Amino acid sequence: MSAELDLPAYNFAYLDEQTKRMVRRAILKAVAIPGYQVPFASREMPMPYGWGTGGVQVTAAVLGPDDVLKVIDQGADDTANAVSIRKFFVRTAGVRTTTRTADATVIQTRHRIPEAPLAEHQILVFQVPIPEPLRFLEPRETETRRMHALAEYGLMHVKLYEDIARHGHIATTYAYPVRVEGRYVTDPSPTPKFDNPKMNRCAALQLFGAGREKRIYAIPPYTEVISLDFEDHPFERYRLDGTCALCGSEESFLDEVITDDRGGRMFVCSDTDYCERRRASRPEPAASNAAADVAEMETDRG
Amino acid sequence: MYVAAKGGERAIENAHRLLARERRGDPAVPELTVAQIEQQLALAVDRVMNEGSLYDRALAALAIKQARGDLIEAIFLVRAFRATLPRLGASEPVDTSAMTVRRRISAAFKDLPGGQVLGPTFDYTHRLLDTQPTAGPDPAAAHAAPEAGRMPRVTDLLAHDDLIEPSPQAEADAPVGDLTHDPLSFPAGRDVRLQNLARGDEGYLLALGYSTQRGYGRNHPFAGEIRLGEVELEFTPPELGFAVPLGCITLTECQMINQFAGSATTAPRFTRGYGLGFGHCERKAMSMALVDRALRARELGEEARAPAQDEEFVLSHSDNVQATGFVEHLKLPHYVDFQAELGLVRRLRAEFVAAAAAPVKEAAE
Repeated sequence: MSAELDLPAYNFAYLDEQTKRMVRRAILKAVAIPGYQVPFASREMPMPYGWGTGGVQVTAAVLGPDDVLKVIDQGADDTANAVSIRKFFVRTAGVRTTTRTADATVIQTRHRIPEAPLAEHQILVFQVPIPEPLRFLEPRETETRRMHALAEYGLMHVKLYEDIARHGHIATTYAYPVRVEGRYVTDPSPTPKFDNPKMNRCAALQLFGAGREKRIYAIPPYTEVISLDFEDHPFERYRLDGTCALCGSEESFLDEVITDDRGGRMFVCSDTDYCERRRASRPEPAASNAAADVAEMETDRG
Repeated sequence: MYVAAKGGERAIENAHRLLARERRGDPAVPELTVAQIEQQLALAVDRVMNEGSLYDRALAALAIKQARGDLIEAIFLVRAFRATLPRLGASEPVDTSAMTVRRRISAAFKDLPGGQVLGPTFDYTHRLLDTQPTAGPDPAAAHAAPEAGRMPRVTDLLAHDDLIEPSPQAEADAPVGDLTHDPLSFPAGRDVRLQNLARGDEGYLLALGYSTQRGYGRNHPFAGEIRLGEVELEFTPPELGFAVPLGCITLTECQMINQFAGSATTAPRFTRGYGLGFGHCERKAMSMALVDRALRARELGEEARAPAQDEEFVLSHSDNVQATGFVEHLKLPHYVDFQAELGLVRRLRAEFVAAAAAPVKEAAE
């Protein structure tokens, strides 16, 4: 090939149809066996491994020309990586995009589940770094596959028990393991455990893509998803005890923003769309001073 | 969060512009051409072709230029391009004994049929920085006479009296494993293992190979043979039914000869480790051969205790595109998870302080 490259036009949503078919087969198998990690021949994508290549491949495989795509990272539509992935699909698929959770048909996410309940016509695509919930207890894939096959999850319960013995709590705050439809112990991706209950009997299809580790798994709509716990130490949904400085929410998951070098801080919703909807419907912000501070910071940074 | 997020799109565009400027460097210095890189940084091009898994010198050179000389970034560019190409099929097995040899050395025999051919090598240069490049040998005065005719492989010369395990016969009809189409699973076949090592990071394989020499899975290697040259590549299109030549590619092959003490059922004899790569890549081919042999521990009934003998460990971490992606993804925001951890640590600390402040309860009751 000459140095003067005549790059071919890429297929709709980047991946060629053969690759999409392969990914879709893996997705179908994943839906048929909820929570089971299906190996798939993950491709090199034009963004680095660890930056959402699994989610991008799943999204590319399920996306149609009529879909409306929303991409979030840390709950926000405007974080750099979310912007970058959204632009990728705008360029390669030309689909419409939105930041409104309710308007999206496909939502690709990293680290959060939107606060607004999802509906049957929606697909939530998670970016997954380490799909194996047992990986930090047992580094070998050969071993962990055997443990899943035998539903041998004692090791995980021992780990949670040791947490309680040492700290008085289960010291897992994100990527908190769940059991799907009473069978497979599954990694919810590194979402805070605050989001775990949203996965249970969720109306939307939840798909999980791990590009580097070459695994896809799924939680079909209305599937039972139970966070692992003990009778005397039930699962606790942790939420920081605070109020969003912008919309006044006392229910949403909060991000902490450091406002100065004297220990000043404020809390704002991690889900930017949720926060904006609330502010739009309630023009009076709960803490007007804090909101003004943020507005000032925004202008400072341009 | 709001601070970091707002203007994200513009920030990315500005970063791309800055990158383009840095890539170009001082405009007073002439811009590198892809042809210059391909010709004069040929070993970098070879490495990018190897680990990028694509034999295309011009594309590899272009990738090096675009990546500002960051070879892993260049490898990534080539891989991402390669992933979009259709796979037409597998070539016929290449016959390296029919190689047009430019370099061939054996550290196991002083002389052998075909002789020792030093070829273009750094091996016996004195590593002195050449501040007056014109004072060196005149490149135009050199003429390489490629060795004509078949040059038998050292390992085949030894095979006749069963002193060394025989070369496996090529099975042209056997399916060829392909990591780019089937995810790695364990235990891996040797074909997939060698593909993994061929795509693997040179530095990683070098360190693993080195560790076997220092006692972590020692297997007494001899460089049985290293050869560099051109081989013809043949492909059988299904509609023709016979092999047609596609052209020539440059390969480096290393056959490591290693001791094997034998077992209850097998007499002691030499075993082998195998390395093969695109272009001129001796360090890579030798490291690959050492690691390949180390990974045969279980097959040969050896105790596998060293890192280089651990198939799952070695093969799962060899890919530098995967490795760099995951290490560097730590640059992405993690504030949601960090926030969750922060909450737990604060709670644990509060409990710790409360427990320390509370009056000590008497154990006696």
